[in-house]
Amino acid sequence: MKELKILGVVVVFTLILYWGVEPFAHSQMHKHVEGHDFKYPDLPALKVKGNAENGKALVAACVGCHSIKSQGMAAPMDAVTSAQTYGVNPPDLSNMGALLDEKFFAHFLLDPAKVTKSKHFAMPPSAGSEQDAADIVAYFKSIAPKEISPKEAYETACGRCHANRYDHWTQIGEVPKTKSNIKTGVDLDALAFKKKVGIYENKLADYMGKLPPDLSIIIRARSEQFLETFVEDPQSQLPGTAMPRVGLTKEGYEKVKDYLEKTGDPSKPKREELGPWVIGYFILFAFLAFLWKKSIWKGHH
Amino acid sequence: MANNNGRRDFMGKALGGFTALGGLGALYAMKRTWDPLPSVKAAGFTTLNMKEYKEGQLVTEKWRGKPIFVLKQTPATIEKLKKEKPDDLKRLIKVGDAHYTVCIGLCTHLGCIPGFRPEEQDFLCACHGGMYDITAQVTKAPPPRGLDIPPFRIDGEKLVLGEEGPEYKKMLEDGITMPV
Amino acid sequence: MAHFDENARPFSHKWLNERLAVDTLKRVLSTEYWIPKNINFLWAMGMVLAATFGLLLISGIFLLMYYQPNTQLAFDSVNYTIMSEVGYGWLWRHIHGVGASVVFLIIYIHMFTGIYYGSYKRGRELIWLSGMLLFVLFSAEAFSGYMLPWGQMSYWAGMVITNLFSMGGLHLNGLVEWIRGDYVPGQAFLNRFFMLHVLLVPLAIIGVIVLHFGTLRIPHVNNQDGEEIDFEEAAELYKAGKVKESKVIPFNPVFLSKDVFVMGVYFVIFFYLVFYHFEFAMDPVNFDPADPLKTPTHIYPEWYFLWSYEVLRPFSTNIGLIAFAFAQVIFFLLPFLDRSPNVAPASRRGLFKYWFWALLIDMIILTFMGKLPPEGIWSTIGLVAALTFFGLWIALPIITSKEKKL
Ligand code: HEM
Ligand code: FES
Repeated sequence: MKELKILGVVVVFTLILYWGVEPFAHSQMHKHVEGHDFKYPDLPALKVKGNAENGKALVAACVGCHSIKSQGMAAPMDAVTSAQTYGVNPPDLSNMGALLDEKFFAHFLLDPAKVTKSKHFAMPPSAGSEQDAADIVAYFKSIAPKEISPKEAYETACGRCHANRYDHWTQIGEVPKTKSNIKTGVDLDALAFKKKVGIYENKLADYMGKLPPDLSIIIRARSEQFLETFVEDPQSQLPGTAMPRVGLTKEGYEKVKDYLEKTGDPSKPKREELGPWVIGYFILFAFLAFLWKKSIWKGHH
Repeated sequence: MANNNGRRDFMGKALGGFTALGGLGALYAMKRTWDPLPSVKAAGFTTLNMKEYKEGQLVTEKWRGKPIFVLKQTPATIEKLKKEKPDDLKRLIKVGDAHYTVCIGLCTHLGCIPGFRPEEQDFLCACHGGMYDITAQVTKAPPPRGLDIPPFRIDGEKLVLGEEGPEYKKMLEDGITMPV
Repeated sequence: MAHFDENARPFSHKWLNERLAVDTLKRVLSTEYWIPKNINFLWAMGMVLAATFGLLLISGIFLLMYYQPNTQLAFDSVNYTIMSEVGYGWLWRHIHGVGASVVFLIIYIHMFTGIYYGSYKRGRELIWLSGMLLFVLFSAEAFSGYMLPWGQMSYWAGMVITNLFSMGGLHLNGLVEWIRGDYVPGQAFLNRFFMLHVLLVPLAIIGVIVLHFGTLRIPHVNNQDGEEIDFEEAAELYKAGKVKESKVIPFNPVFLSKDVFVMGVYFVIFFYLVFYHFEFAMDPVNFDPADPLKTPTHIYPEWYFLWSYEVLRPFSTNIGLIAFAFAQVIFFLLPFLDRSPNVAPASRRGLFKYWFWALLIDMIILTFMGKLPPEGIWSTIGLVAALTFFGLWIALPIITSKEKKL
């Protein structure tokens, strides 16, 4: 039928147009980076097995800077003071064993700057030998909780450098609930908190060279492939970037991604729920319209 | 053509009805868009520290953007009420040992803010002359009833506005105040 | 003085007729507005456009309820408040974004249908001109709307496009600042483009849509065989009950019933895109907040502006601007550059047939190149395609004047 032929022509041209401005253009614009499934092939396999008991003794050195809240060990300094001292607040270590790749973790303890691929990394080498490193890693694995929420993963892995304002997260923690003075409208507690965040961010920007961006909606600003390969190895996508390689496992990354999806694309589940209904509605609508058209056009040809 | 007309009408009506159904769905989405945001609703709680108030002094707080009158009653007022207007006592909220008037400071007539007159120990609404006594019970029309009491829950020495505690539910049951 | 029946019941048929001539209106605009029978679904694109405009309007109204035209707040009011807090806010936004992109696809199909069947001449010049006016207004609407989320693409597109008005070598920086109300796109700029997007341009669009419909009434729409129809004779035949023999159908309900079916199919595709495939219409780069101190690595307009952008890109500033201006207005001149007396499908019009397909393919190539980085082979292809574009328009009067009368 002639009309179908015309439709075919329109569809073909539309698809060519789409192909050219979307998949093809993007394949030409962005360099392709191969991911390695968070396996860190540049790091050699560990030659020794770790012992959590020995590790426990060695961890005394860590808590000079870090907290391990799940074990009741508090941070020696608050976040802002830490940033003023080191440039950034050292993370709480409670969940590290659950998020970091074992091999990465151990090599990281031996030479943080090299393994994270960032030029200036505040943390000094913190294990004397491969055996020590493996023991410490074994200890953190032994205390790691079984289940980590996406938010906890984000806080530990990204949250000290990247705010997430859509989830009221700042680099120094949740934005507290405060109340303004009823007579003046001034909210001193909120201002004080803002100032703390400000001091922290200034220090962080000095340390990193620029302020790491807020990640509220990064999930829509970058492709999935970019995010995954970038987090696995920042240098692969942005050579020279100050962001360190954080050494997440694949599962750890999935957790972080879940969180980013929740803050940056919260309508996804709603879209998926409503979509079939609306599309189904219009399929039925088109069908009824077809029957109506047929009844009206009867006798016209 | 005649027998064709029937089918034609039927199909037209079926399509029309189906379109109206879709229209209803769209209207529902539009209605939801018009609803207050979750963050607005979540912000509908205010905690008052009742120890901070002084007897006989009216303080205005804010809850859901509306003025809230808080007046800690003096023992003398309580004695007087017991004798003259025992019903009004039911409008007071007891936190610790003290009795408080806590109400939405918007006239139940048309929503102006009545002014407190310390000498007369009453409230006067300047808009249309409505009057309320010291417990914010209406004494002179046009307002139809006393000032409304916001939902509250007593939490030790604190009062959480926006949550419904047993004392508030009892007030509703007794018809002391209306749901807001 | 007209005659009014004192006894007519208010709002009865008679009462309304005396005051509003409802019967006449209905006849002139719908039941006796005659459409040729030999048309295909491409003639439904006009109503599909009207429906898409309706969707844009409705979704826009609901976006407006929480959008904040403020450089500090705009980004989050869209990406946070509307997308996650407002009930169905995400749905309005996706409909609006996808609608804004798809409307151009349909406009282009509608335009090329007109070109293919020669529906722009011999009495239909004003249809074409009002249509082109709609194209320009839709472009303005799309551009101003693109500013509103105040993301990186908003900002840098605003920067680049307003800079065009410095007119290259003329250095009219004052004009650029006047348009922006500032040295750079800032608060004043956002506010005025907001005004344009939600008030002035839509108002103009609605007006011109009415005009466009009006220009159709007397010449009637064309048909797929280029046949000259005696509408009065055919209408009499139809009214006499000879619907099979008549060459025309009434707009309502016969033509409309087909339109509605086409619209139904269109909406299935449209909402599939809204729910599952909206990325093409919502550029990732615009999900980074505007940063006046950092230009994104790749900047490019939305796909529907790419061909005219590419016409500008291969040349030096001044020539580029002239080329760009040429591309913007040349379609207006189509009815006057086509010198052939024939109103017929391109397939029957000799050289014009090749001209048509060459123009379509050339514009698609320009569109591709407009998005690719202007480097190496892409630049060369872009340049050739741009030159071809001019060549085609220069050739048009020549090849059409040689065309034989059918
Ligand atoms: C939103 C914008 C527009 C709307 C709502 C619209 C609507 C319509 C409608 C309802 C028709 C009659 C049915 C049909 O032939 O499809 C029509 C016809 C036409 N339109 Fe548009 N139109 C729009 C934009 C344009 C543009 C951008 C052009 C080209 C520059 C254009 C050129 C024409 C022509 C040439 C016809 C006559 C077709 C014929 O006679 O066969 N229109 N338009
Ligand atoms: S509003 Fe108070 S008396 Fe009318």
